[in-house]
Order: sequence, then structure tokens, then C-alpha cells
Amino acid sequence: MIRNYDKLIFELSKEGREGYSLPRKQFDGCCMCKGLPENLRRESTPELPEVTEFDVVRHYTNLSNKNFGVDTGFYPLGSCTMKYNPRINEEMAAHPAFTQLHPEAPAECTQGALEVYYNLAASLAEVSGLSAFTLNPYAGAHGELTGLMIMRQYHIQRGDLKRTKVIVPDSAHGTNPASAAVCGLQIVEVKSTANGTVDVEDLKPLLDDTIAGIMMTNPNTLGIFETEIPEISRLVHECGGLLYYDGANLNAVLGKCRPGDMGFDIMHINLHKTFSTPHGGGGPGDGPVGVREGLEHLLPNPQVKKDAEGKFYLDTDETSSGYVSNFLGNFGVIMRAYTYILTLGRENVKMVGPLAVLNANYVKEALKGEYYLPIEGVCKHEFVFDGLADKSTGVTTLDIAKRLLDYGYHAPTIYFPLLFHQSIMIEPTETESKETLDEFIAVMKKVAQEAIENPEVVKSAPHSTPVRRLDETTAARFPKTTYRQMKG
Amino acid sequence: MKYFPHTQQDIEQMLQAAGLKSMDDLYGEIPEQLLFNREFDLPEAMSEVEIRKFFESLGGKNRQLVCFAGAGVEDHYSPSIIAPIISRGEFLTAYTPYQPEISQGTLQYIFEYQSMICELTGMDVTNASMYDGTTATAEAMMMTVAAAKKRNKVLVSATMNPKVKKVVETYALYNGIVVETIAEKEGVTDLAELDAKLQGGDVAGVILAQPNFYGIVEDYTGVAEKCHANKALLVMNANPSALAVLKTPAEWGADIACGDGQSLGIPMNYGGPYVGYLACTNALVRKLPGRIVGSTTDVDGKRAFVLTLQAREQHIRREKANSNICSNQSLMALYVTIYMSLMGHKGLKEVNKLSYAGAHYLAEQLVATGKCTLAFDKPFLNEFAVKTTVCTKKIQAALLEKGILGGVRIADDMLLLCVTEQRTKEEIDLLVETVKNL
Amino acid sequence: MSKILEGLYYAESHEYVKIEGEYGYVGITDYAQHELGNVVYVDMPDVDDEVEAGNDFGAVESVKAASDLISPVSGTVVEINEALADQPELVNADPYANWIIKVKLSDASEVENLMDAEAYKAAIGE
Repeated sequence: MIRNYDKLIFELSKEGREGYSLPRKQFDGCCMCKGLPENLRRESTPELPEVTEFDVVRHYTNLSNKNFGVDTGFYPLGSCTMKYNPRINEEMAAHPAFTQLHPEAPAECTQGALEVYYNLAASLAEVSGLSAFTLNPYAGAHGELTGLMIMRQYHIQRGDLKRTKVIVPDSAHGTNPASAAVCGLQIVEVKSTANGTVDVEDLKPLLDDTIAGIMMTNPNTLGIFETEIPEISRLVHECGGLLYYDGANLNAVLGKCRPGDMGFDIMHINLHKTFSTPHGGGGPGDGPVGVREGLEHLLPNPQVKKDAEGKFYLDTDETSSGYVSNFLGNFGVIMRAYTYILTLGRENVKMVGPLAVLNANYVKEALKGEYYLPIEGVCKHEFVFDGLADKSTGVTTLDIAKRLLDYGYHAPTIYFPLLFHQSIMIEPTETESKETLDEFIAVMKKVAQEAIENPEVVKSAPHSTPVRRLDETTAARFPKTTYRQMKG
Repeated sequence: MKYFPHTQQDIEQMLQAAGLKSMDDLYGEIPEQLLFNREFDLPEAMSEVEIRKFFESLGGKNRQLVCFAGAGVEDHYSPSIIAPIISRGEFLTAYTPYQPEISQGTLQYIFEYQSMICELTGMDVTNASMYDGTTATAEAMMMTVAAAKKRNKVLVSATMNPKVKKVVETYALYNGIVVETIAEKEGVTDLAELDAKLQGGDVAGVILAQPNFYGIVEDYTGVAEKCHANKALLVMNANPSALAVLKTPAEWGADIACGDGQSLGIPMNYGGPYVGYLACTNALVRKLPGRIVGSTTDVDGKRAFVLTLQAREQHIRREKANSNICSNQSLMALYVTIYMSLMGHKGLKEVNKLSYAGAHYLAEQLVATGKCTLAFDKPFLNEFAVKTTVCTKKIQAALLEKGILGGVRIADDMLLLCVTEQRTKEEIDLLVETVKNL
Repeated sequence: MSKILEGLYYAESHEYVKIEGEYGYVGITDYAQHELGNVVYVDMPDVDDEVEAGNDFGAVESVKAASDLISPVSGTVVEINEALADQPELVNADPYANWIIKVKLSDASEVENLMDAEAYKAAIGE
């Protein structure tokens, strides 16, 4: 690995080099080929690099060496479920019998693909306790938006037009209120109790005939199961609202309990979290949305259905909530998630949640002396420390995160949730071994010790990464976001 | 396959260390009636051998066709080295680059991607966060309304791809934005009607397509000036591959460019994953949703890259953010970055030339059959609409028998056909021959 | 210890207003700029926009936080501090010299609902 490799692809460019391989010209002498009128043609030449194929291979291979993935090492990033991404999923997603299909191909020529879609949707319905799923939304936030569109459309079709507010817990992830706002809903915040769960007494007075519903994740962003959920479900439904389940934390309960059984009406699942499709540096993901019985027609178009003879077809429902994607979502991601469910099988799917929860509790209990654990008790798949137990060192959560990079770990999620000032949110996932966790625990303890004995080494970390702490202020004040701007 | 490393002994030791007696204790606080107590109705675990056979068999139920369909998804050539590079675990299994010190790979390629998209579109700034072209256009619409503050009407040309239009209309419906259609006239946007609608003084944005749904390269001379005179922003949904040769959105005077990156070498994948692009002028950067990478230096003065302008985003602004975008369509951005690196401006021009030549050859040959005429007498690149004397359903059925996906049906007598550099003369001749014999 | 100027009026959300005749200059306090850290962007309204006491009229951004600007007074924006567009760091350097908006007051008596220097000092615990 060439650690100090620091070229941009543009800096390798030399006029006259070629990296492409295109077919020869075949249509000389066609009299229609008069060329485009001059005023429709581009005036400037785009400054794209001129490089060879080998340049490209070596350049991006070197860049990859400056990156850290789940394949590289332990990645305890809370709320992101960084589990192992099996390679068989990749192999199936790259199967040419599926990758070469055009979305306009007639259903008779895409039966295999439609079957994958249909079966994955049915599998998700089974593990979540809901009636039907669309796989069209492209990501978790997109699923939230789609789910909220369904919620609004439900009220609109009942003529209940006053319901334009949605309740969101103060501990919620930022996408919840952002999705609600994009969907034209006003946000009403409900407070958390001291142990981090929704305060039912604070919820009650909020419930009236302007409430479209509530968005929750269970377990919540603190990794605490909302045991009052049956009561919350009763209260919200009694007031005429619907319950939306943010599936960000589904991994915690997979195989153990189901959102549908908790009383949720609509939910999304992040295939890139719970169903092991790779995060790819932030995407592509997929955010299937499920609904309980009676709401199926509101799922976005197109919908994949099966006729009496077992043939699959595309349907559009006039009463649906609309169109949210180009076609049937990120089909390549759907292929991966379906492969994952099939390889795990019914006997192993149910072990996902329990082992993820076991790992989280094991780490939490081992570290709660050195780090301050604000909420005691059994957590679910993740938990939150509020910084070091010893507050006298001046070492912050950011410093700890950066120091972990030196030891070869990705940092946990930091400064979220917002309920604490020094949040460190750790999610180990079920695919990590006891040995990996033991090593991580030892390093976390060592960092806590360093914070006391040699705080400077922690405060100035990282020391051994390809680059060190960055000047983010200048980057934001004077943004340079392209090579052209960088050159000045 | 189990992907869990836990032995029975591990489980016992870990439970004990966590002060728990059994696995059930992990869920001890959950009300009994919520616990799931039966077996899932799912198949038993499959081995890799079985998985491969299973998907082989499912794949056999798909039929591979020679593709003459476009309508926003084109069958372009994808260079062989892209798949192995994006499959590297360091790229594939990383998350959003929140820790820049160990994410320079992701951050730098996004910076390169941004640079290339800005070169193609002529815009100043872009993100790498859009799912596809339809949602990128919806985000562009929301940007225009956010920038206009007190206006909530957006005009969309009737020549826009209907799939894009449907998504835009869906977002608008819930967001409280009013979408009005600008009529089409002879296959292109009716600029007189656009003008009239702008006079209302209540339009936040105008969304046009280039090339349009019929494949026509529209002449937008003077449109940006009219929009700006009426304080409306101009959004252009443009095919990025075609921008290697077409006048850029910036050259037309657009404020926002958007579209789907699929044409930059991404396999058709039955509709996804692709990457949408969304680029704008510097003046609008604060309204641009999603992740943006900027260059900076580290404490040692080394050049480095970092997510910047983050305070605009949902995780900080919550309901006040302009968008709920959280994704970074990174891996697909890497896909097109590698593609554009390999192609360079010459390769991309060559792709356009080859596709143009194939499409115009096909058009000429189809007209010569006497069964088709060009639907519009307008310049096009690699996609065009024909009027047919035979029902298009019949044409497509006959082509299907020959293993050809015969374009996209617009009406009983109108067919939309797309040709890329991958189509050979033999394939085109077979299509023409089949139509001729009807 | 944060700088607090006598003669200004302060809001709980850490904006100040300096009254000059029928106009008010609104900015954020020294305490606020210190809490926020390096300011990288100030989102300002347009001239002629109406602001209302208690409602937000913009935001101040640092690298990883954003803070809404809540107007302490009602009225019409007659001027914005253009210098902040290119030099947001001026807010850090001297928040009182670098006001954000100048408002033509619609109700001068509103300042009675705000704190004076002493009360604000107590409010931020200094």
C-alpha cells in the first residue's frame, strides 16, 4: 500500500492517452447523419481526464487503501448496523440474467426478476408481521417519506383533511422530522422519560384530531425497548392516527418480535442494515415499506402482483399514494437481500436479533466502569455512553473517536442521540466474534487510561492514519468542491 | 450459512459476563404478548451450491433481449474494470465518510465525481446523494421553491419523461407544490405557453428536459432569460452522457441541472441501482441537498477531503432541512467516476457519435420500409419516435419473437426507439427486416 | 466571560437588539458566538422581508451545528449585513459590531419583553 499516494485522477491526465475500448464505426454513408445544428452543440470541452485503463486501476486501488470498511475491521457505528456483507450476495446480484434487464421489458421476459421482488416482499412481510411490502423506495429516508405519504393518503381518502401533524420523539434520528417536513407534515415533539423512552403522559395531551400519526423506532435510538408500545398504540389509534415504525433498529428484534405485532401500521426496513447489503460508502441502499392489512392499495406504483396461474405482473393502482421511483427500486440491492435471507434460512434469521443484543450487552457491561452509562439495564442491539466516566481529563468523545482510529477501529457514532452531550453510540452487530469484542473492549479501556495518564496523545489523535485531523472550518467557509475550483 | 461466530461456550461466557442467565433474559422486559413464538414461514437455509442453482433457475425465467428501449434507461457499454474496482471491500463495505481520516478513498472519489459532473453540466457544484434521475428532479423542484421563498408553483414541460413527471408530481402533492404542465407542440415544449405562464409572476421553477422524452434535442434559446426576468429558476433534466456533445445546462443559462447517471456506463439492472445527479450554480449551494465533499488540509498541511456544508443537512437541521436526503449514492458515483475517467471527453464523444450514427441509420432504414415515418422533424441524438402504419403492439410482438426489445410504446401508432454504441448493424437490420415483413 | 453591552436588549435565545430611533440592529450575543464556535455561514433574510418577534428569520451555521436566529422584535428588514456573506467569521470577531439585520420596528414597546444587560448576565449564569 502506497500510503502517501495523493494524486487526483485529473493529475494523471496526459493529452492523447485513452482508456476506452469502443466498437468500430459501422454506419458510414447514412444520409440522415447530418450532425446536430451548431446552436445545440456544446461550446466548451469538458475537462475529463485522459488516462489509460492501467492508470485508472492503480489510482482507484490506491484510493481504496485509504479507506476503512467492514471488511477492514470492526465498525461499531451505532444506528448503522455494520454487519458482515456476504460475498455470495454480490455474486448473485451480478448475475447477468438479471443485470441486463431493461425496466421496459415485458413482464413475460422478466418473470425471474419479478419473482425475486415478490418473494423478498413476502419474506419481509413475514418477519415484520405486516401484510404487504413495496421495495420501490431507494433508501431508509426515502422509505420514511414513502411511508408518510401513505399515512397522509390514508387520511385524505377518508376525507380527514385536518390531520397534518406527526408526532416524533425528541430522541429521533434527524431524518424523521426532515422526512415529515418534505411530506408536508408539521412536527410535534414528544418528550422522553429519564430512561429514554417515550413519555406517555407527555404524549396524551398531544393526541387530537389533527394528528396524522406518530413515528417511532423500537428499540429507540438509545437502544432501549419501548415497553409501553401497546399503550401508545392504543392511544394513537383511538385518536385516529397511525403508527409508523422506523426500521433503522430492526436488527435488534429480528426473530424475536415484530413491528406488526407491536401495533405499527406502516414501516420501512433498511436492507443495507438488517439484511446485510453493503453500505457502499453511503449507498445504494433500499428502503422497502410495509403496511398492515387494509392499506395495501396505498403502496406506491408500480406494484408487483401474482395472478391465479402463478404469473407475476406489474399493476398500477389509481388509489395508491403515487410514484416514488424510476421503477421497482434498487433491484440489485433487492437481489442481495433476498440471497441473504435464503442463505440464513428460517432457522438462522431468528438468531440475528438475539446475538446482536448479546454482543451489545457484553460490550456495555465490560466498559461501563470506564465510560459513563446514563441508562442502566439490558439494552437491545446498541447502547449509548455519555463520554468517559472520569470527566476531569478534558478528553472529549471526539478525541476518543479519533484515538480509536489509531488502534485500527472505526469510531462509534458520536454526538448522537442529542439527549446527552458526549454521546458514544456503540452497535457491535451479530457477526462479530467474542475475540473481536474482547480486543475492542481492551482498546477502549486503554484509551480511557490514556485519557487520564497522557491526555495529549488522545486529544491530538489520530496519529497513524493517512491524514490527520482536518481543517473543516476553512472547508466550510470557502468551499472548494471541484478540481476546477481547487486549481483556482 | 450462519454468519454468526458464536459457539455455545461463547454464548454462555458472554451471558455470564453481562449478568444474564439465558438468551431469553435479553428480551426479558418485553411484554409477553409481543414476543414471536412460532417458526418463520421462510425456506430452510440454502448452501452456496443451492443458492447458485436457485438463481440460475430463476434467471432462466428471464429472457435476454437485444435492447432498443430507452426512455431514460440506456443499454450502454460498461468497461470491464469497473466491477472489480467497486467490489473492493474497502469501497463496498464502508459507510458514509464521517471519519475523514480513514475515508479519504471515498471522499476523494466523490470529489472527482463532483468535478466531472460539473465539467459535463457546466455547473459550479453538485452532490453525490441522489438515488436516481426521477427523485433528483423532484429535489430540484423543491430547491426552486425553497429559493423562491414565497412561490410554490412549478412548471414542467409535457415533453418530460412521464416517469420523471409522475415522481415530481407525487413529491409536489404532499409537499404542497402546484405543478402545471407546459404543453408540447410538434414534439417540443410550447415556448409561447411557457412565456404566458411565467407572466403570472408566481412561478418558482421551470423544469425542462434535454434531450426530451421523444429524444429530440430542444432549442432553448432565450428561455433562461425569460425565466430569470420573471424571477423563476430554470431546471434542466439532461442526459449526462449526451452532455459530452450537447450545449450544457449552464450554457443554456439553467440554474439547476439534474438527471440520471445511468447512461454513464451503469448496467440497466432492471431499474436500479443508478445514481441521480443534481448540480447547481454557486448561488444555490445552500439549497442543494445531500452530501458535498470539499478539499481542505490536515494539521500537517496535507491535502485532504471532507464532507462540508453539513449544517444544511437533515441530521442537523431536522425539519428545517430542505430535504430528508441521508444517502450518499457513493458506490454508483464511483461507478460513473471510473467510467468517465476511462472515457475522457474523447471517449464520451465517440459513444455519442456511434449511438447517433446507429440511431440515424435505424431511422433511415425504418422510413424506407414504408411502415414508419419520423414522428417529428426535429434533431435527435440516439433516440427518436416513429409513427407507424402497423399497430405498435403488433410490431413489438413480432420483434420479441426475434429476441428484440422493440423500444417503448407511446401510442398504438407511435414507438420510441433508442440505439447505443452496443447495437450492431446486424441487430438493426434484423429489426428493420422484421418490421418490413409485417 | 462573555462580553455583554449595556444599553442593548437581549432575548433568551441569545439575540440582541440595539435600538436607534425607529430602527433596531439585531445580532447574536458574544455568549452565543462562543457557544457556537467558528461561524461558517449566516443565513439572512432579504431586504423588505417581515420579521416577527419570537419567529426565526435565518440561521447561523458552524461546521457541525446550526442555530436558528429568532427575532427579538417585529418589523421590516431594511438592511442586511452584506459583509457577513463573504466573512461570516466577523460574527466571531465582534458580534456586537457585526449585527445581522437592521429592522424598522413596527412596535417599539416590544423591547419591554426583553432583558437588559444585567438580567441577561444573570440568565447566562455569569
